[in-house]
Amino acid sequence: MSWIVRAARAVWEFVVGDDPLTAFGVVVALGATALIAGAGAAAWWVMPVAAMALLGLSLRRATR
Amino acid sequence: MSGQQIGLAISVFLACAVEAVEALTIVMAVGVTRSWRWALTGVGAGIAVLAVIVAALGPALTALPIDVLRVVVGGLLLVFGLQWLRKAVLRYAGLKARRDEDKEYASESDAARAATRAGAGFDAYSFTIAFKGVLLEGLEVAFIVLTFGASQHDIGLAVAAAAVAVATVVLAGVLVRAPLARVPENTMKFCVGVMLTSFGVFWGTEGAGASWPGGDAALLVIIPGVALASLAMVRWLRRAPARRALGDPA
Repeated sequence: MSWIVRAARAVWEFVVGDDPLTAFGVVVALGATALIAGAGAAAWWVMPVAAMALLGLSLRRATR
Repeated sequence: MSGQQIGLAISVFLACAVEAVEALTIVMAVGVTRSWRWALTGVGAGIAVLAVIVAALGPALTALPIDVLRVVVGGLLLVFGLQWLRKAVLRYAGLKARRDEDKEYASESDAARAATRAGAGFDAYSFTIAFKGVLLEGLEVAFIVLTFGASQHDIGLAVAAAAVAVATVVLAGVLVRAPLARVPENTMKFCVGVMLTSFGVFWGTEGAGASWPGGDAALLVIIPGVALASLAMVRWLRRAPARRALGDPA
């Protein structure tokens, strides 16, 4: 394995950790916020709701 | 000092203090058991590498346009914050073992005694364990210093808060001459998780182009809101019928 692959894997594990679905959910929530705000509607509520939903889902996966 | 700067200083201080307690346990174990000289040399090398990372990436991050910076930093802080919160909530609910510094110290000391020593000179074991301990525990702190500091354009304040936290923990370690087992690590980790998640939500939303009702004052609602919702999840997990303990206290 080249050092680039090893470095990329280390960065991935450092940032994303053992819960890639949460990281994916954060990216989706940021995209949804940008889309709603771009359409001129209030979008401030998206991230708080998404964050707590992602935490709840992550806890549920961890305890199943 | 603005509200966001106070939040920055508290978050960095708590995160750094928690990681410094964990690193102190490792360094004390190899220092007492084998060689203080090479353990402290490892600590110095670890701190030097962390300083290079912050010095190299700090200016690069602050050069980004503010909206790009905030959406990237917000997303990263949110991913990190949710990880810290998840572990802290699971520990509060009794579903994950809490870290025990006395146990970690005994385990590190046993491993240090068992490791062979080549001679009276350079002790590679003490150096490497102390270096890795400081670097690995410090990486998350360096990340938090960089992201919070860059978003506020105040990396100096973040570095100062980190330095005060390390100095406090080291002083406490010198005074008690033992691992800091009585530090409420899970409570501190919970607070850090709440702060990272809250600032991640706040900056991510602003970076994505939305505006908060009330501007910066929205943080006064977001932070307690995240804390209360997380505590509600602790209660929910405590009442859940199918509880099972999870390992890995790290």
